[in-house]
Amino acid sequence: MNKKVFAIIMAATMMLACLAGCGSKAPSNTAAIKIGGIGPLTGGAATYGIATKNGAQVAVDEINAKGGLQLELNFQDDEADGEKGVNAYNNLKGWGMQILYGCTTTGSCVAVAGETASDRYFQLTPSASSSDVTAGKNNVFQMCFTDPNQGIAAADYVAANNLGEKIAVLYNNGDAYSTGIAMAFIDRAKELNLDVVAQVTFPDDSNTDFTTQLNEAKSAGADMMFLPIYYTPASLMLAQAKDMGYAPTFFGADGMDGILSLDGFDASLAEGLMLMTPFNPTATDERTQNFVKTYTEKYGAETLNQFAADGYDCIYAIYDACVKNGITAESKPEEICEKLIATFTSADFKIDGLTGTGMGWTTLGEVSKTPMVVEISGGAYITK
Amino acid sequence: MAEKMKKLNLKKALKGNIATYLMVIVAYVVLFALQNLGLLSYSLAGFLVPICAYIVMAVSLNLTVGIMGELSLGHAGFMSIGAYTGAVASALLADLIPIAPLRLAICMVVGGVLAGLVSLIVVVPVLRLRGDYLAIVTLAFGEIIRNIMQCLYVGKDSSGVHFGMSESALDLAADGQMIVRGPMGVVGIQKISTLTMGFILVMITLVVVLNLIRSRQGRAIMAMRDNRIAAESIGISIPKYKIMAFVTSAVLAGAAGTLYVMNFSSIIAKKFDFNTSILILVFVVLGGMGNIRGSIIAAATLTILPELLREYADYRMLVYAIVLILVMLVTNNPKIKAMMVKFREEKLAPRLPKKKAKEGDANGK
Repeated sequence: MNKKVFAIIMAATMMLACLAGCGSKAPSNTAAIKIGGIGPLTGGAATYGIATKNGAQVAVDEINAKGGLQLELNFQDDEADGEKGVNAYNNLKGWGMQILYGCTTTGSCVAVAGETASDRYFQLTPSASSSDVTAGKNNVFQMCFTDPNQGIAAADYVAANNLGEKIAVLYNNGDAYSTGIAMAFIDRAKELNLDVVAQVTFPDDSNTDFTTQLNEAKSAGADMMFLPIYYTPASLMLAQAKDMGYAPTFFGADGMDGILSLDGFDASLAEGLMLMTPFNPTATDERTQNFVKTYTEKYGAETLNQFAADGYDCIYAIYDACVKNGITAESKPEEICEKLIATFTSADFKIDGLTGTGMGWTTLGEVSKTPMVVEISGGAYITK
Repeated sequence: MAEKMKKLNLKKALKGNIATYLMVIVAYVVLFALQNLGLLSYSLAGFLVPICAYIVMAVSLNLTVGIMGELSLGHAGFMSIGAYTGAVASALLADLIPIAPLRLAICMVVGGVLAGLVSLIVVVPVLRLRGDYLAIVTLAFGEIIRNIMQCLYVGKDSSGVHFGMSESALDLAADGQMIVRGPMGVVGIQKISTLTMGFILVMITLVVVLNLIRSRQGRAIMAMRDNRIAAESIGISIPKYKIMAFVTSAVLAGAAGTLYVMNFSSIIAKKFDFNTSILILVFVVLGGMGNIRGSIIAAATLTILPELLREYADYRMLVYAIVLILVMLVTNNPKIKAMMVKFREEKLAPRLPKKKAKEGDANGK
């Protein structure tokens, strides 16, 4: 008997949901190029998704205010999950998306890139940094460094600046981003004859206690620790290292960016922490200052980090390429895709943005820009 | 009288089963037609295979939770074994078997069998533990599997298949190709799952599970659930039937995992965490313990529901949770239950003399 009630209730719920779904669609701007966005707006990785969404929205608003070519951004939640990323992608396809901006996280992006490659949509991701994202697909481009490239750049920098005699690498072995950078760093360190004395890992789901890992690094005599991890676990790790009285040089990757705006984080813990980030919000150039001002006014400073800046640059890159090719709201996605691929891979297509100047793309879809290392001093980034 | 009643009950059960098969077949035919006519929205079209996989997951878990009455929180573990095995098998067989449906079928069998073999290990605690303890053990099992998958590297080259715990440990030849790369998961999977293959797997699952329930073995399993001591006293071998139910459930989950993974171009182990196990358990609980048709409806509805709620944007998951709570409350409301009983009695009444119908209902319970 239960079954019937259940069926009736479910049917009613579904109908309601359908009706709600049909009723509240936002009116589409007919003359604008439809850009679909995908990223986590809920769940553990929501900060990154929200930052990329807001950063891109700032750029869209700026471009639309200029007049001329208009853009429309429809950003959908994927909870940083591949299956839900594909769901979001299908939803955007139904909406009439012409260009895809996303996804924010690697796992979801790899799954969605598989779809766009066969459906022929142009895709530019602000922050999905695995080389799997672009491998074997000529339509997917990245605004951020790939993980291996970042690991190599980090090792080169450590070697060139003699940051440590004995190096420990701490990474999250349940995370593609962290493992990807760490592996490339370790391989490159070997080539450069750097002495990696300890490789310590932590699993993805228990990232609150790092005393074991720190002790291992300490007993191996490491005077520098390379930390290709996200800033939330890093903030705890720094506090625990301080309690232990262990103070090597800490060197992080771009996942460390955001540590200073973390709620309740004691900025003095991060004093002397070096990290690689393409974006410095305290930079004095006019464009960065304007972006920081608009972003903070609209969305607050909490999520103002490199993800937001990457998102901003992505939209400008797409915009420039669209203007160059005379793309309009009537253009077919496949047509846009082929035109933009040609433009992005052409040698004379360069973008000046917040995360770098003269950025170009290889045929692999990887961005070429110079990595930037900053050191935290007095609670602010100092470009090295 | 008693014989008559038995016949009636049998008929009722058979009717129920036929209704379940019919529901699935009709849904398939309608969806298949819509898909081929291009009338399905992209969103719904993308959901077809995952829904089939989740239905199989829910029905197979229902066998453990609803029919055998043991709470299992590690069902996603079996799914991930099937998914990874299927992905590796597909990558290895890609050149040998060019026919996609055949390759998928073989991969499903391989995935299911391996999940079944692993479940034999889990059976050891299953036989010794009950209730909460078993729930915790299966939960731990799911996490162990996920952690192993996260450290697993698999590659192939001309000399064969290599396994290891890091990329360098595999020592691949120059022509080698990585298939599974630890936390980076499996990428470049050929998408060969189709609605038809999903439908076939759902039908196989239904035939297996519904027939098992109605068979002698199924009755033994349910007797064990209802009263263990009484069942033992009449000579039902508890280990035998527990293994039977548990392994069947794992094999089906493994095949569902293969079907699922072949619908996406990439997969990471993180997908098969505790949350996925709970999600499937929610399908089962919401559809009704031991109610196979309920599991199917719940799995399909709850998979699509978050997509339908997309319009609520930030409040999506909140609304989803509220809907879940409401459905649970409503389906368990005694007043509504009583109303349905009355409704059914009235429907049955014309077929039998009134007095007998009442008696029958009382006896049938």
